[in-house]
Amino acid sequence: MTQILTLPPSLPNAQNAEVGASKFCPGCGHGMILKSLAFAIDDLNLKQKAVFGCDIGCSLLSWNYMDLDTVQTHHGRTTPVIYGLTRANHEAIGIAYMGDGGGLAIGSQHLVNATVRAERMLIIVANNTNYGMTGGQMSPTTMPGQRTETTPYGRDCEVTGRPAKGAEMVAAIADPNKSYVARASVSNLRKLRSTFKKALKNVEMGGFSFVEVLSLCPLNWRTNNVDTWGRLAQMEECFEVKEFLVREGLEG
Amino acid sequence: MVKKLIEKDTKMFLTGNEVLAYAANAAEADFMYGYPITPQNEIMHTWCKLLPKTEAGFLQTEDEISAGFSTIGGILAGKRAFTATAGPGNVIMQDAQSMAEMMRIPFVCAVMQRGGPSTATVIYAQQETRLTCFGGNGEGFRIVYSTAGHQDLYDYMIKAFNTAWTYKFPTYVLADGYQGKMREPVMLYDPKSRGIEMVPVTPYLLGEGEIGKDRKSVHLRNTYNMEEELMEVLDQYQEDYNKMAEEVAEYQEYKAEDAEILVIAHGIVARSAVTAIDELRAKGIKAGLFRPITIRPLAVKPLRAAVQRAKQILFTESANGQLAQMVLEKLYGLTTPYSTLYKMGVGVTGDDIVQKVEQMVKTPATV
Repeated sequence: MTQILTLPPSLPNAQNAEVGASKFCPGCGHGMILKSLAFAIDDLNLKQKAVFGCDIGCSLLSWNYMDLDTVQTHHGRTTPVIYGLTRANHEAIGIAYMGDGGGLAIGSQHLVNATVRAERMLIIVANNTNYGMTGGQMSPTTMPGQRTETTPYGRDCEVTGRPAKGAEMVAAIADPNKSYVARASVSNLRKLRSTFKKALKNVEMGGFSFVEVLSLCPLNWRTNNVDTWGRLAQMEECFEVKEFLVREGLEG
Repeated sequence: MVKKLIEKDTKMFLTGNEVLAYAANAAEADFMYGYPITPQNEIMHTWCKLLPKTEAGFLQTEDEISAGFSTIGGILAGKRAFTATAGPGNVIMQDAQSMAEMMRIPFVCAVMQRGGPSTATVIYAQQETRLTCFGGNGEGFRIVYSTAGHQDLYDYMIKAFNTAWTYKFPTYVLADGYQGKMREPVMLYDPKSRGIEMVPVTPYLLGEGEIGKDRKSVHLRNTYNMEEELMEVLDQYQEDYNKMAEEVAEYQEYKAEDAEILVIAHGIVARSAVTAIDELRAKGIKAGLFRPITIRPLAVKPLRAAVQRAKQILFTESANGQLAQMVLEKLYGLTTPYSTLYKMGVGVTGDDIVQKVEQMVKTPATV
């Protein structure tokens, strides 16, 4: 007799099991980032006091991805919604989730000012070096020579400037006594989870955290499996994966 | 819980901006988010000066975009939060205002109009009438009270919070730089003493109960996948809006009952009209006023009745007919002719109206 063993999927408690199949494109990095985040929330038992805000762009699809109280906002505006909330509710652990466009282009003034004011929140920027939802245009983090719909012959840095380095910029202006700033990558999910954990711990301590995550967009990159991971390796050369700022007393 | 400053009736001589801060406190507002722009700054100044006594919250944001969105964040946390703005600030705050409209967030905002378009003047206008009612990429599911003086500012700022939290539509107190900067005597009171109970506020996020045990997690969105899915939501909003309109629409008539020439004006221009009407009546000219207090939604039935009774209408505004455009749409089918007195971004005086009405007596309007 054949016995069929069914194992429940290993879903973190902070992830919404009712959402069903992933709404992200095959190979997208968002699912990996969100799952790692959900595990980190589980690790710290923050589910009951976390508020998840998602931006517009591909990140909007995460509006019901987490089993957390969630608000979907406007493009670039997740940061002010979340710090507006955490200013009013001192118990809340605010998480603002956005792409590189939402964080470093249309919402960059909020990122700069939330950093300077050391707002009590975690800002996560999923960096896939292009605008995915709108069809693959150049973003602030598009790499030199990278082809996108608005740089069809490759990004010319003479014309469009150099790629924005989000974590470096934030680290340069963040309050070192209150902040945690890191860049991680979906190439190492174990490390990503521990990075989120540290970032959330800092928020629990009343601090400001920023985590940029290098992510994948095979659909708009037009890459197969091998080339997708090759591209991520290139990104890791362009954007250094490390902790940029760790406040004293914050341990992993 | 904030501490209320006004416990018994207190007559004060204040600028309108100061009045708004006191009114927000009387309404038990917990938090203000704001960004400097003239002519509304003293609302923030007063709010901040009073903080040690009120124990309320304040955040000066990086722009009006973030002032609007962080106000939404505060409301989601269950605070009676508000903001204030003017002119170009009102323009960029539309981003947040349309989200509040879509997500039925009781957003409260005082708009102190200045000249437009663009930076224009920092002084006065009625040129944000259309923007405040219909700004954003939607249908204008908003409630807008247009005030005509300091007592109005106090009364309607308190009322705005209750209207917003009752009906869950963004609610505005629309005033202007004259009202904001001018001093007038005003009676401050505890709303309770007038039988006004503040509508309780509850958080949208992180409310009571444990996720997975007492309740499900809350997922608020403003994006829809299908056209029909969106229309279903908006049809419901429209139905709610129509129902609300009957309960909320307010207007004021002054000697309108037997008026042959009916002045239609809102805000501080309506006050000039009252002066003018007294002067005209003394000269034997039967003039009257219809002043919409809610310029959105309009009190359509009494408006049509007043217009039908009159022989001529005069629209007067410190704008190029922004209110008139909204009113005329509601007067479809009526044939009362009208004339206009528009001064874009400039105050309309009683004398202006007297002269114009006298002209209309001599040469009646034909439009």
